[in-house]
Amino acid sequence: MTDQPETWDLIIEPKRGLLDLHLADLYRYRDLVLLFVRRDFVAVYKQTILGPLWYLIQPLLTTITFTVIFGNIAQLPTDGLPQFLFYMSGTVIWTYFADCLTKTSNTFVNNAQLFGKVYFPRLAVPVSILLSNLITFAIQFTFFLAFMGFFALTGADLRPNWWILISPLLVFMMAGLGLGFGIIISSLTTKYRDLRFLVQFGVQLLMYATPVIYPVSSIPARFQPLIQANPMTPIVEAFRYAFLGAGSFNPMNLLYSFGFMVVVVIIGVVIFNRVEATFMDTV
Amino acid sequence: MTKTVISVENLSKSYRLGQIGTGTLSRDLEVWWAKVRGKPNPMLKIGQTDHGNQDGQTLWALSDVSFQVQQGEVLGIIGRNGAGKSTLLKILSRVTAPTSGQVKVKGRIASLLEVGTGFHPELTGRENIFLNGAILGMSKQEVQRKFDEIVSFAEVEKFVDTPVKRYSSGMYVRLAFAVAAHLESEILLVDEVLAVGDAEFQKKCLGKMGDVAALEGRTVFFVSHNMAAIQTLCSSCCLIERGNLIDIDTPSITINKYLKNNQNLGIIKRETNFIKWLGMPEKKFDIDQDISIDLPFIVGDKDLESITLALAISKMDGLKIIRLQTELITKGYHLQANKKYIFAYSIDKPNLAPGEYFIEIYLNDSNTNIFWAQQIPGFEISTKTHSNHIRLFYDRVGIIMPNFSINLKKID
Repeated sequence: MTDQPETWDLIIEPKRGLLDLHLADLYRYRDLVLLFVRRDFVAVYKQTILGPLWYLIQPLLTTITFTVIFGNIAQLPTDGLPQFLFYMSGTVIWTYFADCLTKTSNTFVNNAQLFGKVYFPRLAVPVSILLSNLITFAIQFTFFLAFMGFFALTGADLRPNWWILISPLLVFMMAGLGLGFGIIISSLTTKYRDLRFLVQFGVQLLMYATPVIYPVSSIPARFQPLIQANPMTPIVEAFRYAFLGAGSFNPMNLLYSFGFMVVVVIIGVVIFNRVEATFMDTV
Repeated sequence: MTKTVISVENLSKSYRLGQIGTGTLSRDLEVWWAKVRGKPNPMLKIGQTDHGNQDGQTLWALSDVSFQVQQGEVLGIIGRNGAGKSTLLKILSRVTAPTSGQVKVKGRIASLLEVGTGFHPELTGRENIFLNGAILGMSKQEVQRKFDEIVSFAEVEKFVDTPVKRYSSGMYVRLAFAVAAHLESEILLVDEVLAVGDAEFQKKCLGKMGDVAALEGRTVFFVSHNMAAIQTLCSSCCLIERGNLIDIDTPSITINKYLKNNQNLGIIKRETNFIKWLGMPEKKFDIDQDISIDLPFIVGDKDLESITLALAISKMDGLKIIRLQTELITKGYHLQANKKYIFAYSIDKPNLAPGEYFIEIYLNDSNTNIFWAQQIPGFEISTKTHSNHIRLFYDRVGIIMPNFSINLKKID
């Protein structure tokens, strides 16, 4: 043994500090994140006839369903917007959040096999899910813009405005919320599998608590605080307001959502980080 | 100068047996709430102590293991199933965290605990090489640089753009191993992955692992039940039993210890009442001595005609070295009832390498086998060397160590 103090590149220890998150590792594995994204993207529609067209068919069918059921049969108001555009904007935005949440919530259980055999920063998986969903979102959103253009040409009253510039921030917030909730649930499902079933149902319910199929303005005043407490509400409203020019939009509510997201992400990452050290023993 | 690249210090890992928690969230919350208020665990049966789980005990998969590994070393790890070998590798590869103690590491660790981890069946060979490489910790450029080497090592040139789900299992495994073997990490952990693939490829893998250590100065951890592979590849070997590090030494010494501790010595495969085996004393010989082996026995109530005997000498790992049959030099013996006999074998200087040897005995009469025993501790060849040898590397001498001479002649 040498006398001089030795330097070690890595020390494997039982417990990590609460904030010892190894985020630098995640950066070092950025190629892996991108390859995961590619894998998810390429593998999903292999051996399907329509292939990537499904990215367009899914929101289209949902939108048509919503338009028929909530628009024509239930006759819910849409802030004076064309029903089709109103539901489509809601669907596309909501799908991104919901997919981020449900897919990340399965991180540990679905990857137990892989995680059990090799180390890489576990966060690479949820982060890659956010990114691959982002591609889906971009495709679907472009599709939405195409419909917007079509409706504008046919004379619908649409008023896109400068708030469009904050839309990347809105996407970021949705990704953050989806990730945060997703990895919290994912961490808990290593022990309690019940949550997996709850997630599907919970996301469905949450959609009805978010102005996806109805505008905030249609909610009675006494329920307003309740719906505004949902951090997704300001995001959906801001989106509609920026692109279609209708709806109740308040930057303060958006700030609340942002704060909410930051908290959820921090809690999520910390819990995730704690669980990842020993989840192989409990999963 | 040797450099310590891994230092394992008092490493322990415990697992709780039985059900963890109460199984449901609401009851776990109740238990937690009681703990917060300082009340006893409400789910506990009266008289039970609180372990955090009810019907569980703690299993120490590793307890207080410490050792150091030098750069360029190939460290074999042997032990029975469940001894803690894989747990050790899992901790080293950071798949799971230890319960106490720590491991200090210099350099990058890549683990090959399973072949083809993370392969996606729908993706092509090419795509999987990149994906798998990245999972194992390689950057894209690294994989790119090694790509051709990987493909040719795996012998899948023609199928590189075919989805791996169409691969034969052999191709699949070859590709997976090739990716891992070309990792540029300073430390490679390998767990029993060579049990797959055909003999030719296994040999290639073992060769590659040897190169990795010898030529590139990388450190390899190698868990295997293949004693021959451990013996040829490793520079040192540690034996783990029930979570404890029993020994860390040269492979032949550790392997002998392992086999001695774990084999049922002297398995009698077949015994009839025609004869009774009386066992044999263990003997020790020097390397340049004749070997004599005495096999004492007592004949049963019947005379026996045309008895032939075969004696096989084998290494600890079961490799048979010599098989001596009495048929070769005589036609069968006549043995009288109730008498004691000794078959006394004498072998002229077999020049066996130092180590311990087992023997195996078959005794036949004219039509059937009347006695058969295996893995009887036979004799030991001491590490005393030939008189003209000036030193002895008793670890890597092969099976036979004849006396030899060598002359260096200047021819020009």
